[in-house]
Amino acid sequence: MTGPHPASPADRPAWDLRACYRRGELSPSEVVDGVLRRIEAVEPQVRAYLYLDADAARREAAQWDRAAGAEDAPPLAGVPVALKDNLCTRGVPTTAGSRVLAGFRPPYDATVVTRLRRAGAIVLGKTNCDEFAMGSSTENSAFGPTRNPWDPDRVPGGSSGGSAAAVAAGEATLALGSDTGGSIREPGAFCGVVGLKPTYGRVSRYGLIAFASSLDQIGPFARDVRDAALLLREIAGRDPADATSAGVEVPDYPALLTGRVAGLRLGVVREFLQDGLDPGVAGAVGEAIRALERSGARRVDVSLPHAPYALPAYYIVAPAEASSNLARYAGVLYGHRTTRAADLIGMYARTRDEGFGAEVKRRIMLGTYALSAGYYDAFYLRAQRVRELIRREFAQALESVDVLVGPVAPTPAFPLGERVEDPLEMYLADVFTVPLNLAGLPGVSVPCGFAGDLPVGLQIAGRAFDEATVLNTAYALERALPAPGRRPRVVTAAERRSSPA
Amino acid sequence: MSGSAAAAALYETVIGLEVHVQLSTRSKMFCGCACAFGAPPNTLTCPVCLGLPGSLPVLNRAAVELGVRAALVLNCTVRPDSRFHRKNYYYPDIPKNYQISQYQYTGHPPLATDGVLALEAGGVTRRVGIRRVHLEEDTGKLVHAGGRSLVDYNRSGTPLMEIVSEPDLRSAEEARLFLTRLRAVLQYAGVTTGRMEEGTLRCDANVSLRDPGGPHGTRTEIKNMNSLRSVERALRFEEARQRDLLAGGAAVVQETRHWDEARGLTFSSREKEEAQDYRYFPEPDLLPVRVDAAWIERIRKDIPELPEARRRRYVETYGLPEHDAGLLTETRPMAEFFEATVQLGGHPRTVANWLVGDVAAYMNAAGVEIEQIAVRPAALAGLLALVDRGTISGRSAKEVLEEMLRTGRAADEIVRERGLVQISDTDELIRLVDAAIAENPGPVGDVKAGKDRAVTFLVGQVMKKSRGRANPEMVNRLLRDRIGAP
Repeated sequence: MTGPHPASPADRPAWDLRACYRRGELSPSEVVDGVLRRIEAVEPQVRAYLYLDADAARREAAQWDRAAGAEDAPPLAGVPVALKDNLCTRGVPTTAGSRVLAGFRPPYDATVVTRLRRAGAIVLGKTNCDEFAMGSSTENSAFGPTRNPWDPDRVPGGSSGGSAAAVAAGEATLALGSDTGGSIREPGAFCGVVGLKPTYGRVSRYGLIAFASSLDQIGPFARDVRDAALLLREIAGRDPADATSAGVEVPDYPALLTGRVAGLRLGVVREFLQDGLDPGVAGAVGEAIRALERSGARRVDVSLPHAPYALPAYYIVAPAEASSNLARYAGVLYGHRTTRAADLIGMYARTRDEGFGAEVKRRIMLGTYALSAGYYDAFYLRAQRVRELIRREFAQALESVDVLVGPVAPTPAFPLGERVEDPLEMYLADVFTVPLNLAGLPGVSVPCGFAGDLPVGLQIAGRAFDEATVLNTAYALERALPAPGRRPRVVTAAERRSSPA
Repeated sequence: MSGSAAAAALYETVIGLEVHVQLSTRSKMFCGCACAFGAPPNTLTCPVCLGLPGSLPVLNRAAVELGVRAALVLNCTVRPDSRFHRKNYYYPDIPKNYQISQYQYTGHPPLATDGVLALEAGGVTRRVGIRRVHLEEDTGKLVHAGGRSLVDYNRSGTPLMEIVSEPDLRSAEEARLFLTRLRAVLQYAGVTTGRMEEGTLRCDANVSLRDPGGPHGTRTEIKNMNSLRSVERALRFEEARQRDLLAGGAAVVQETRHWDEARGLTFSSREKEEAQDYRYFPEPDLLPVRVDAAWIERIRKDIPELPEARRRRYVETYGLPEHDAGLLTETRPMAEFFEATVQLGGHPRTVANWLVGDVAAYMNAAGVEIEQIAVRPAALAGLLALVDRGTISGRSAKEVLEEMLRTGRAADEIVRERGLVQISDTDELIRLVDAAIAENPGPVGDVKAGKDRAVTFLVGQVMKKSRGRANPEMVNRLLRDRIGAP
């Protein structure tokens, strides 16, 4: 095996674990033990998890020890996974990174969790995230930030920073995140792992604590493209409990990874390669595009003139929906309730004041304003029109090219604390990812090199429900790049202690 | 003409109704929980109707079908692509702090619009416009007890349909007639049980006065009317209140007013109108409701017989008088009661007589609906069978029915206990007949002289002696035999 921890099963991909189980070279218990040891080593520094149940994971692993190697074992039998803490897990604390849900244990599993369990996955625990998935750095978590495994002074990205960091650091083999404006792809890029936002409707949202319902999608994190394809296959598909989930057939994504991109029309988005792009990011992205070209893909320059309006439109639509989705956290049925209120209005106001952090409050206020009588047309309706323009523009562009490529984010992982006081600067981290949420299209962030010592991700977007082409392009890039791009060097606490300062 | 009567003549009353009915679906609007009345608190709930984090609504197709069915019987245009919206406001009975509803604004029509319901009164037909029909979810219920407020979410997410009439109604009586008629049509179509006392039918009214044909006056919205009778009373009161205000030169204030049944008046609820901004926006968790022509046709074919058709059938096949047929079909439960009794062997005209007569009189006096009376069709059929077989007389039957309605006991039990079994024993009847003949020589003479009316008098005497239990036909025959009438 390549990589810094060849001895540890914590660094093996899921597809390889399956092969090992089959050959009897490893058991799920050994793998879970390896991952738990890794967690013990790096977690004091990374802080990817909000909740970890090592005993339950060991018990589940033991149950798979015999069966995981069987021919008919389910596809993720004995594979340890981590779940973003905005995914409901029956009887297990689920906070969405918010104080307002401290102590909340849902009475039901999200559909993706049910599907993962049915596929044999072992749930390790719940990962840290920006409160209600609102943020690009995981610094908005009420329970403290997660640190980037590549550099503890930098953010892991967000909002699914815990899941991305856990997978990058070998604290989980696979993880699920959610992406409303880039919350899978941006931390994927910052942590040097593969992160995929599927087409809106591809994966059931039932049990995902809503931020912005028309934009939210659950998606996989993995250390390689094959694993991401495997995990997507297991969670995708129509769910009767989610009316917006689509009845589009789910292909066998891993089987479709050929790595062949000869003749593939690669749309390079001009608006995504503008000034202001970090030179390291620009360099890595340019090199990745050339690598794909060398593999036979044909570069086509594409202009998406409305793409720059995506961010302002997003910051109307997403907060508007959030202001309504988060109204339920008011102390009546579950979660935090203030102890200092004399009447109903007081209970609502104080509960929400005590329960929500600054960014969540800011977005609730933005959204409430945008939906208010007299402002609705000027803001919400107008933003929806922009959204429709962007949707059409992307669909049109994808008639003449097969995929669109560009950077995931303008910069690599930024230092902790750098942008917390400047929300606009923070929002800019999502400038390239947000358009896909508005258009409902699939996009993957795949490691494509480094800016200095920090990983850089290439974003590959595709047609609606054509995750297969997106993943295959990412797979081709993964194979075309030199080894360091495929296997980021994860720094552990032990290594940090032993390395010269 | 008095002063107030003169003033009254100056104004025209304008009433529009907003009617909420609970749809008769087995499960709730957006989840699989059962819709049921009277279950223990919070037993009919799930993550969806409790609005738990992460839960999502899924539209119940049956609710859409009943909505379309209602739209069709109200002659509305069904919209092919209506949408649900979120109505945002905070209250503990609404777990998500928004209600999923259909709200009309440009480009987003409700389920159906532009219908009409015809009313007949005194030989005149009035056509009342239906502005719109839309679907929404119901809230839970707050229970205040012992200084605490508790919430029961069993009703949360129950499917409701709102029907808004045009302001075409011109009096309280007409409003009541409209509501009665609307309820009947919806009940017959199987859309709702339409029970105001259980809250499966609720009605608010907008009332204003104006110069005949002139622009609309300021309206008030009247709430909390819990029966057909209270709708009529409340509107009559409000009409008079506004008339007095205007006649006295004062203005009507636009406000919501509550009807106080006990005091017989409306009072201001002191809610500021226009203060609430519900921040409506399209519900992103649900797709547009697509209703195509084929689906509409399938729904149209499934619509059960409506009151008009049933009334005609009663007249034509059972030979019932128009009046009786009209009363029997006024509510679907009454018509079903009638038909069930006939099915169990009751003669249609006899059953109709009893229902329209004694049973209806009891219901009026007790203020109950047919579903609430203690007598079921089988019990009424049993009573009528006793009369048919000659076990009891028609006169006794009235007495027995009264007790049945009061106590719910079976007819034969009451008959046995009260000794009401009809005397058909010839020897016993002869004794009674002979005694009557002996006591009434005058009338006996009249009978002999061929005066038939005297027989009736003598039958009455025998009935009196038997305390109503003698078989009247046999007494009649025996009297003639014994007297030797021509």
